[in-house]
Amino acid sequence: MFPIQLLPHILSLLPLAWLIFAIFNQMLGADPQEKLMSDLGFWGMTILFVSLSMRPFSILSRYLSAFRRISWLKFRRPFGLYSAFYLFIHFICYLLFILQFDWGELTNEIIERPYITVGFIGLIGMIPLVLTSTKSMQRIMGRKWQKLHKLVFIIMGLSLIHFIWQSKSDLNLATGYVIWALALVLIRLANSKIIKSAEGTFRT
Amino acid sequence: MKAFQFNEKESQITDEKVFWNRRDFIQKAGIFVGSGLISANVLGQSENEEGTKQDKLIKQKKAQLLTNQISGKDLKSELTSEYAVTHHNNFYEFSLDKKEPSELAKNFNPDLSWQVKIGGEVEKSGIYTLEDILKRVSQEERIYRLRCVEAWSMVVPWYGFQLGHLIAALKPNSNARYVEFKTLHDSKQFPGQKRGTFGSFSLPWPYTEGLTIAEAMNPLTFMATGVYGKSLPGQNGAPLRLVVPWKYGFKSIKSIVAINFTKEQPVSTWNQRLPQEYGFYANVNPDVDHPRWSQASERRITNESFWGVKKIKTLMFNGYGDLVGNLYKGLDLKKNY
Repeated sequence: MFPIQLLPHILSLLPLAWLIFAIFNQMLGADPQEKLMSDLGFWGMTILFVSLSMRPFSILSRYLSAFRRISWLKFRRPFGLYSAFYLFIHFICYLLFILQFDWGELTNEIIERPYITVGFIGLIGMIPLVLTSTKSMQRIMGRKWQKLHKLVFIIMGLSLIHFIWQSKSDLNLATGYVIWALALVLIRLANSKIIKSAEGTFRT
Repeated sequence: MKAFQFNEKESQITDEKVFWNRRDFIQKAGIFVGSGLISANVLGQSENEEGTKQDKLIKQKKAQLLTNQISGKDLKSELTSEYAVTHHNNFYEFSLDKKEPSELAKNFNPDLSWQVKIGGEVEKSGIYTLEDILKRVSQEERIYRLRCVEAWSMVVPWYGFQLGHLIAALKPNSNARYVEFKTLHDSKQFPGQKRGTFGSFSLPWPYTEGLTIAEAMNPLTFMATGVYGKSLPGQNGAPLRLVVPWKYGFKSIKSIVAINFTKEQPVSTWNQRLPQEYGFYANVNPDVDHPRWSQASERRITNESFWGVKKIKTLMFNGYGDLVGNLYKGLDLKKNY
């Protein structure tokens, strides 16, 4: 049978493989550097959303016997790390192709351009999550780890704002992502309510 | 001179050499006509002014420089590749993507029977075919910088005619203070105009743009019918588009079906959509940033290869200040962005 633990690796590496192929075959249009940068950011955000979809998947799998045996929650770590990987090369592409290592401009841009500020904060927020992603760190930090990793919801929000804000006016795709983000939050809230009310009935 | 070829096959018959020779001839003729026009109109100096021989020489050189700016012959060595020019287009009537218009426009091949409705404060109003229009003007090549409000830029060899020449032939009356242009509104030919699920995030149709009459009469203001020695491809605004090289690209409206001479300032579609971000004037200005991004520099696309883009400083009025600066004397360019 297909080793399902490979799924996050394969899925996450597909966009990168496509981008590399597209660069060498001149399929990224007339400004390939810009396209590469924005696509990396887009996939970084998408993979982050996929990672955050694992909890809702496991919740919904309770009602779908076919998926119940898949341990969705184990996929969160690889997806999260791939997301950070894409977002870091997204940022490196920004430095390399857009700023061309003009450090003075970088400080200006981060202060003056709200969408860059927001994206930059989100990226910085990724760093502690990556550094504490190992099992041993999880064990050492205990309850604090859970709290720290709640940060990912803020990063999700920031990445969404960054995505919406940089566009000239095309919000078509962004609307889809807003709906996705809402679903991610609402399913979690609904689930915790169900659990709480279930606890309530046990007590009485 | 023969009218510009619109049929794809016919234009292949006119081989490139013939095209360039023809253009050289027009350029030489243009310098002759152009220098008189410039010294009189743009520099605002009278011909009778007394001066030493040296003064005259300096004046002549200045006029020559300005004529070169109009023809764009100094930009010949900086041309953006034909592929990039025809595959990197903001043409929301087809798609919000930049590459897709080149694919979606394959079946959009308007010919000389294309109709343009001319109206408003003008003597010779009426419906003209492109053929009618081209009979009234002479066509030439102009190489212009194109600066998009999104901070990328190109150098494009257009073919077409000076808008001022057409306007002179149409005889607007003294009430005409502005010129309004409209793009074709036809969702059968322009899939981007269909109202889909997310259609509300596109633009209000038809795309409309406008210029002051002085801007429209400026010798730089151009109506393109061709690019790179061929008739305009659909994605570049076939068969007739405006080119205003000192303004951000969105002013250079594509696939024009209406030209109106008006008393009041016409609507500019992007200004209507996001007034805080896009003004009526939209002059290229490195000192006035877009609220969300800097306009101080630009990504000059020279070709489609991975290293084909270079970052350069943006020039005031996109480098055409000598020719258009006097249009905005006394105007606060920070407020009138």
